[in-house]
Amino acid sequence: MELLTLLIVFVMLVAAISVLLLRNMIAALAAASVVSLAVSIIFVVLRAPDVAMTEAAVGAGLSSLILALGLRRLGLWRLERGGDNLLLKHRGQDVQEDTDHG
Amino acid sequence: MSLPEPGMTLYAGAIGLIVIGIAGIVISKNLFRILLALVIAEAGANMMLVLAGFRFEAIAPIITGQGMPMVDPVPQAMVLTAIVIGVGIQALALSLIMRVYKAYGTLDMRVLSRRLEQDISNDAGVSPGSSEEEPAGVRPLPSPMGVISKQGADA
Amino acid sequence: MVERRSVRDLAALLFAGGLAFLLLVIGAQFVFGSAPMLIGQEILKAAPTETGAANIVTAVVLGYRGIDTLGEIAILFTAATAAGLVLGKRRENARRDPDGGFILVASADLLFPLLLVVGFYIILHGHVTPGGGFQGGVILAAAFFIPLLARPGTPVNHGGISLLEGLAGAAFIIIGLVSLYQGHEFLRPMLEKGQLGSLISAGTLPLLYLAVGLKVGAELAGLLAHIADVEAEES
Repeated sequence: MELLTLLIVFVMLVAAISVLLLRNMIAALAAASVVSLAVSIIFVVLRAPDVAMTEAAVGAGLSSLILALGLRRLGLWRLERGGDNLLLKHRGQDVQEDTDHG
Repeated sequence: MSLPEPGMTLYAGAIGLIVIGIAGIVISKNLFRILLALVIAEAGANMMLVLAGFRFEAIAPIITGQGMPMVDPVPQAMVLTAIVIGVGIQALALSLIMRVYKAYGTLDMRVLSRRLEQDISNDAGVSPGSSEEEPAGVRPLPSPMGVISKQGADA
Repeated sequence: MVERRSVRDLAALLFAGGLAFLLLVIGAQFVFGSAPMLIGQEILKAAPTETGAANIVTAVVLGYRGIDTLGEIAILFTAATAAGLVLGKRRENARRDPDGGFILVASADLLFPLLLVVGFYIILHGHVTPGGGFQGGVILAAAFFIPLLARPGTPVNHGGISLLEGLAGAAFIIIGLVSLYQGHEFLRPMLEKGQLGSLISAGTLPLLYLAVGLKVGAELAGLLAHIADVEAEES
């Protein structure tokens, strides 16, 4: 059980730091949702099934839904996109993804 | 290598979440990221509460017929309430962010703080950076020569 | 105020470090694994016979700390109302999102009755198994919102949602007042306790949770409908 706890806490902290560092807003929202999910798993480990159910339903469910709706209405819902192809911005130079492969 | 005990890792995790959340609120420039940092800080605080009520070799507080000792139910009841209140707060904060975005067109804190200060000062009728209680002008100090000569004339 | 951004960030990091130190000092006084449980011990001993609920967290939330639950639904009500006020009304002829594709519409129609059943199951079994009004209410809100996501143009009856929310909240308070009328304290669990672990047990606790679940579900559904109603960015 200690290895499982250590792993989940590590994933949770990495996701929490990446909320502050990611530039794409959708990715930051997904990372916050991962934090909520990890906290809900820890609640199960701590023998609190009621709280785990609430945190999973609210944090990883309804809260992310509300925030994603808000992102869409704010116009921040976009990936890095140029024209029709998905441009990979790689350190300033644009590397166009090869779409000819069938 | 022996792994650290679960208690220490869980406490470090909860404290780390709270600190990352609060540091994120202070450091972030985007208004939406401040809201996400608030979500993280709330999750960390709730986890710390439930952590305080844990007991080793205990089961969840639901009666199933076994006579084993149970975990403390009071922090769990408090955290149940706190999680639902948290989602209400996030919804209200999101509505405020959407209104700000509609009014100002940007979510950047540096631009927003300057324009908000300008709008508030314009509504109050003063120039930005000053307040209404400032004195209207500078009083001239009395010149020392005039005082001494007047007193000499009266005496 | 310090103007340079980097100095401000450094000060923020120092503040975070100090906060971490403070919290670690507080946390070092906890002994993990043996909670003092000053009140919890008494509640664990007395809850099954006093309230008749098998889920002791439900007994605490609705029986021993019922006023906290009343305050919490008041806070939720205020937050939802304030969010609705802040968002304002939508212009009549604003552009709407198109309907979702066939997969989205079909799966939304399929999920709606399933989510309703799961939500009501969790609400009604709140005093026997893990669950209760808040979890079930959230699932009910999602159940009413997913068809709205699939077909964005459907008219939402905000008046009906508000009516349901008000009635559920009033039912909670009236159940509490009934026990006051009988001569006991406000929100004391009444009715007979029944057999521990069966569905009909624990007196008024399932009724209270039903009221809470309906209120939370209606509130969050109305709130989601309001947020989804905001005019989209012209992109």
